[in-house]
Amino acid sequence: MSTTLRTVPSPTDAELPKEMQLKIHRLMVQGRALEERLIAMYKQGDGYFWIGGPGEEAFNVPLGLLIRKGQGPQFDYCHFHYRQSATMLAMGADPVDSIRQMKGVASDPYTGGRNFGNHYAKRAWNVCPVTSVIEVQYSFAIGTAIAQKRQGGQGITVVTGGDAGTAEGDFASCLVWASRPALELPILIIVGNNKWGISTNWEGQHGENRISERAKAFGIEAKTIDGNDPETAYKELAQAMEYVRTKRKPFMLEAMVSRLYGHSSASGANAVVDEADCLKGFEARLEKRGYLTRKQMDEMKAQYQAEFLEAHKRIRKEPMPSGSTIYDHIFQEKDLVRGE
Amino acid sequence: MANMVQAIRMALHVAEERHGVTDIFGEDVGPPLGGAFTATQGLKTAWNSPLDERGIVGASIGLGLAGCRNVAEIQFCDYAYNTIDLLKLAGMQSWASNGEFNCPMTLMTPVGSGIRGALYHSHSFDATATHIPGFKIAIPSTPREAYGLLLSCIVDPNPSMFLVPKALMRVRNLPGEEIPGEPGDDKALSKMIDAPLGDRSKWKPKWPDTPDLFIALGEARTVRQGRDLTVVSYGRTLPLCAKAAETLAGEGIEAEVIDLRSLYPIDWPRVKESIHRTGRVLFVNEDTEVTNFGEHLLRRTVEEMFYELIAPPRLLAGAFIPGIGQADPLELASVPQLPSITDAMRQLARVEP
Repeated sequence: MSTTLRTVPSPTDAELPKEMQLKIHRLMVQGRALEERLIAMYKQGDGYFWIGGPGEEAFNVPLGLLIRKGQGPQFDYCHFHYRQSATMLAMGADPVDSIRQMKGVASDPYTGGRNFGNHYAKRAWNVCPVTSVIEVQYSFAIGTAIAQKRQGGQGITVVTGGDAGTAEGDFASCLVWASRPALELPILIIVGNNKWGISTNWEGQHGENRISERAKAFGIEAKTIDGNDPETAYKELAQAMEYVRTKRKPFMLEAMVSRLYGHSSASGANAVVDEADCLKGFEARLEKRGYLTRKQMDEMKAQYQAEFLEAHKRIRKEPMPSGSTIYDHIFQEKDLVRGE
Repeated sequence: MANMVQAIRMALHVAEERHGVTDIFGEDVGPPLGGAFTATQGLKTAWNSPLDERGIVGASIGLGLAGCRNVAEIQFCDYAYNTIDLLKLAGMQSWASNGEFNCPMTLMTPVGSGIRGALYHSHSFDATATHIPGFKIAIPSTPREAYGLLLSCIVDPNPSMFLVPKALMRVRNLPGEEIPGEPGDDKALSKMIDAPLGDRSKWKPKWPDTPDLFIALGEARTVRQGRDLTVVSYGRTLPLCAKAAETLAGEGIEAEVIDLRSLYPIDWPRVKESIHRTGRVLFVNEDTEVTNFGEHLLRRTVEEMFYELIAPPRLLAGAFIPGIGQADPLELASVPQLPSITDAMRQLARVEP
């Protein structure tokens, strides 16, 4: 399924080291269990609106493992959309914090109960505030990448969005600004293609064969990969990132992924059965390779489920933000992003 | 003495030399043009962007998030309307992240009528701008004010908008209101910092040594004191209000004129104190009158000072029409002019309680 549109070679077919496979698997299981807990909270009326990324773990976990996290232009800037929970976990985020955000409690470290679940913001890791808007991150990416291009070094800008969001003008802005011969930008432009735009299907929006083909017109290196295979995703991401880090030029990676619980609460957040489940596929492979047994994997999932249920119960008792705080943080006294 | 575009240019120079501005950018902002109004000539960090307003504002936000102080220009505010959601997002970076982030960026954009700019080069932006929380918003009425307000916008850790009244781009300071350090001779200054006609590729400006001057955002300025009525304005209509007050002084009417100059934060205490003394207030701006920023000021006046008022408070604003027509009579009829402002002030002063 890997389609090379330009000159970057495909990675080898060799499997990832066993330890890496096990690490990715564990994070995928953790990510899935977390999203299922968030969905359960929504369905119980014990959390707010749900939107997330179950079905994208095979791509999102490797992405999180490969991002160089830190603050400032020498590290990677992350302009994520709202399906990146598994990426955050792979970067080292505490899953309990996602439950806090879903519940809207004051201790939600990302927004203090202000925004939906999976809307992260973490300055220490350059994770810029996630919005519900499906395209604006592609415009913001231009600015952080200009700063990084000027700074030198190997920090890059990573921007993620969905296939539907590519209809918006900001996606075109990103392609135009990233590929100007006078100042090519180090942006890894990621499109998670689940072939849906809420309820608009692929045929309802896309005349192009592949979204990655749009990069061709701009001279941007691009690939479409099987985002349901974590080993492929890891290797392709590593190679694409290496290109962006060292060449200081953009790369577009279109990852074909699944959407296993629909768009969001808006479409009911019900499990779908007719799309490939990346976790099932990877687990079959691990079992075949003799790295894990079915029993071990079931126990691992059950352990995370119990852990998150326990956290959910605990967080129910945490205080909600006070209505008196609504005017807090409209303005900053300190220039935090400049290190004050 | 500097005109307003020269003052802006000098402020931007100071900002890139001393206050860490890394990027001044937008359409035609870099060489050779240096801005549609020449406000960015000769600046070392000025560059031309693609003709893409969403890209410009997005880049400005991204630069800000990366800690790069920057000034992004939308060439005419009429073209900022397709960036409203990006501006809304800029204004919420701190709030949405519960204080994790700030976004130092300044959006500079020419506003208002006065150049026969027809439907898409005449719009005002104050009503829209003040509808976007999280921004500090300044609008100067003199070159000195432009210099000091722009520097304050730039060093502020929050997003700011610097709205430049097109009609005032070439006005000069009154004596006594100079920018410290600027040459007194107009021609001498022009020779130093105005790009020559023709080939500019080898031209370099010779900047006068102007010091920092920060006019605090949120502090209005009383342009003229008076006992009979209060007039609150900003931008293009402010000097007209001051002139009308001069005329009315000859008729025995003493108007107090306040230049709001910072639309957010608002220096409400200064406005309120003045209305408290005069009991009569006229708000003047040229944005369309329905859901006008002046209506907010009127609402506060009525709610907080109803029993202190001698006359009904008034708003004089632009007509609520889709655009401003090009022909002279159309533009003049669409937005407040000196005669209509003078009449409104006179009528307000003569209302018998």
